[in-house]
Amino acid sequence: MNARRWMRLRGLLRKESLQILRDPSSIAIAFVMPVVLLLLIGYGLSLDAKNVPLALVIENPNAESASFAAGFFQSPYFIPVRFGAVQDAEAAMRAREVDGIIWLRSNFTRQMLGAGAAPIGVIVNGVDANNARIVEGYLQQVWAGWLASYAAAHGIAFAEPLNVEFRVWFNPAVESADFLAPGLIALIMTLTGALLTAMVVAREWERGTMEALLVTPAAISEIIVSKLLPYFGLGMGGMALSVAVTTGLFHVPLRGSIWLLMAASAVFMLSALGMGLVISTFSKNQFAAGQIAITVAYMPAFMLSGFVFDIASMPAPIRVITYVVGARYFVAILQSLFLAGNVWPVVLPNMAALALMAAIFIAVARRLARKSLE
Amino acid sequence: MSKSFARAGRIVAALDRVSFIARRALVTGLIGSDGSGKTTVMRLAAGLYLPNAGRIEVLGIDAAADPQRVQSIIGYMPQRFGLYEDLSVQENLDLHADLHGVAHPDRPGRYADLMHMTGLAPFTRRLAGKLSGGMKQKLGLACALIAAPPFLLLDEPTVGVDPVSRRELWVIVHRLVEERGATVLLSTSYLDEAERCDEVVLMQGGGVLGQDRPQAYTRRLEGRSFRVSASGISKRALQERIGRAPGVLDATIQGSHVRIVTERAAPPSPAQVAGGEFPLEIAPVAPRFEDSFISLLKEQGKSASAGGDRAIPLARADGADGDVIVVRNLSRRFGDFQAVSDISFTVRRGEIFGLLGANGAGKSTTFRMLCGLLPASGGSLSLAGLDLRVAPARARGRIGYMAQKFSLYGDLSARENLRFFSAAYGLAGARRQDRIAWALDEFALRPFADAPSRDLPLGFKQRLALAAALMHEPEILFLDEPTSGVDPLGRRDFWRRINALAEGGITVMVTTHFMDEAEYCDRLAIMSRGRILAESGSEEMRARFRSAALPNPTMEDAFVALIAAAEAPSAGAA
Repeated sequence: MNARRWMRLRGLLRKESLQILRDPSSIAIAFVMPVVLLLLIGYGLSLDAKNVPLALVIENPNAESASFAAGFFQSPYFIPVRFGAVQDAEAAMRAREVDGIIWLRSNFTRQMLGAGAAPIGVIVNGVDANNARIVEGYLQQVWAGWLASYAAAHGIAFAEPLNVEFRVWFNPAVESADFLAPGLIALIMTLTGALLTAMVVAREWERGTMEALLVTPAAISEIIVSKLLPYFGLGMGGMALSVAVTTGLFHVPLRGSIWLLMAASAVFMLSALGMGLVISTFSKNQFAAGQIAITVAYMPAFMLSGFVFDIASMPAPIRVITYVVGARYFVAILQSLFLAGNVWPVVLPNMAALALMAAIFIAVARRLARKSLE
Repeated sequence: MSKSFARAGRIVAALDRVSFIARRALVTGLIGSDGSGKTTVMRLAAGLYLPNAGRIEVLGIDAAADPQRVQSIIGYMPQRFGLYEDLSVQENLDLHADLHGVAHPDRPGRYADLMHMTGLAPFTRRLAGKLSGGMKQKLGLACALIAAPPFLLLDEPTVGVDPVSRRELWVIVHRLVEERGATVLLSTSYLDEAERCDEVVLMQGGGVLGQDRPQAYTRRLEGRSFRVSASGISKRALQERIGRAPGVLDATIQGSHVRIVTERAAPPSPAQVAGGEFPLEIAPVAPRFEDSFISLLKEQGKSASAGGDRAIPLARADGADGDVIVVRNLSRRFGDFQAVSDISFTVRRGEIFGLLGANGAGKSTTFRMLCGLLPASGGSLSLAGLDLRVAPARARGRIGYMAQKFSLYGDLSARENLRFFSAAYGLAGARRQDRIAWALDEFALRPFADAPSRDLPLGFKQRLALAAALMHEPEILFLDEPTSGVDPLGRRDFWRRINALAEGGITVMVTTHFMDEAEYCDRLAIMSRGRILAESGSEEMRARFRSAALPNPTMEDAFVALIAAAEAPSAGAA
């Protein structure tokens, strides 16, 4: 009996592997898409503000204002352009030629040396809110840096404004690739796990092969295992490739253990595959299965996992929803393994959550799948 | 057994109190049109559905209570054969051998046996997707037979397959039954396959019309089938006249004659039919299975598409004879595949011309070129005197096209569909209103005018599709497999309308793989592998293959003989 069960399982696994090898689309989803996404996001989608065009309006040039302006010319973040009048600078901003205006009024020196009103006017283009926030942060840094060096040079102590000191931990260069690339791995594995699995099962229904498969001695658990294992392998392969690209090409450090990374990925992969199987029991055509997988797996993994958008700053009801998004736990694990190291208090609870989700999804898929067409 | 499904919030009964027995070591055929419930029965027997009421036992096992036990011992071939097209022939066989637990030492012998039986031995390394329809069908059968099951379920194994492959499949099925004592339950919508079964369960509308030996069905009709021929009247007019005569159940055109089935074992009196206007000759002929199906349907008043007694009035009978479709040396190539090679034919005004061939013979490609949907690689064609290459839009305005699948908008009502299609053909204002009113009346669609057209019965859907193709009063009508899956009464209703259109001067071109549909054509061309093998009237076509062994060949006999003759010189090449 057990020999027969093993023979059936081996036959199903061989068939599934042959299909993967012969179907260019599954290879493409597992190996080509991760690289393309990593390249796109690594090079294209940058959350760093660099080379921001900035209008510089200095109404009354003198030694102090020239020294302050020099800070901008030396900064890698800005390309300052001088304007004579603030009206011209505003026109340039409307035309989106510059993303911000630094306005040093004629009373700059007096204001600076005295206490009270802000000596510089800063206008930031808020159309791109994210960019505006980053520019604002950088500006404060430049301002604080200049004030500190000015004070040191002149032996003056400023009571106000406060001397703010920024230190960014784990990502000292504030490179967005460092925290985007690990998150991207979660996204890619969601796609291979949920989308690919849901679609290959739907394909069997569409082509009528599932009907033939059901009327054989094969048990439903064998069919499920035969769908899980090959795509597990495919997803882990895609993961390994993504890690190689992330560390090799983008020089993102991997500070934690690679074995722990593999273990966490394996648990996450099972939860994604389980989700794909559950979707496939609801939808028996490829188009609908793909749509559902993208809506319930990919989009939440993109938006609600903390991969791009910070979960802590989401409204409370949305934050609650993120707890059912598996990618949320995996992104947390990935970001600490890559950027911080084996932080067990982060890794362990998140892995436990993933294991629970994997168990639930596979159990539900097993329960819903029946050797019947009803 | 009864079985119903929930569809879009409504409960649709697929089977209503069906009972039958398939006896051991016999071939039992489930015969019926699309929607009659055949596939539902097959799936219930395979344990894939649970009946709402009643029970089904397979080899003594209750299929609903223990489906896995049934599934483990039977062989099952679903529609479209259930093959993995991206696996090779051998890999498909290996998979099924693994699934059915065929021991490794037994495999070489089993494979050799199956490959010999199906003739697939030279193709074991070929991907299943690259096989012809007939070869796929045989591979599907080989996979179902891998564990030598005592009971075999075959769901429409012969649909869409060429007649040669159909015959070969039947040879294999009969060998299994005779040599190995297998029991076979097989479903088909081809009525002419009834005679190949040991027992026939005739299904219609989710119920059983009868279960009997096929000979018993026809024996009841003994003395009630006749062949009528007349001179001085066209065969279509004769069919129309005789179909209205009292006591006549059915009248169909066969070659230049009309074949009739009567209510009692006596021919109709010539006086009643002809009224002395023309001489009439009535001779008895042997009954066919279809005759008994028709008489059973008429007796029980069961038909998906009754009604609409009036034929279409003669639309534009200008009577001018002439060539309406002229095709010269037409070719079409896809990459290095020659789909249509060098075909020529001519169709005259008011003629019904048929293109006959299996799936993949090149019918659809020819059709698409004729409709201007696909440019030709070589040759010329003109429609109603217009060269398709010079004036495609004007030529297209002269043709009506009815696609094989229901190509209307299912969520629009019949009236909305007609309005849309007449607008698409450029009809507006009063003329559009007139044509819509005409279509609703002529096709008896008024009762359904405002219901979503996807809910119409199959026969009415087909009428609506025909009406939509006729809104702009085309000169040429293209019909792609127009009656596949429709029950015999619905098919007769459809062809009566087509006949009336042809009598009115509209030129009709039909593709079909149903051999009996060829009988409605004035002339037909048999296609295989992109070439026309023969072109003539149906009577001459059959007469060419008359022999001592086959004194009365059917169209299928003629087709098979033609294919065999065409392939004989290159038999080793494939």
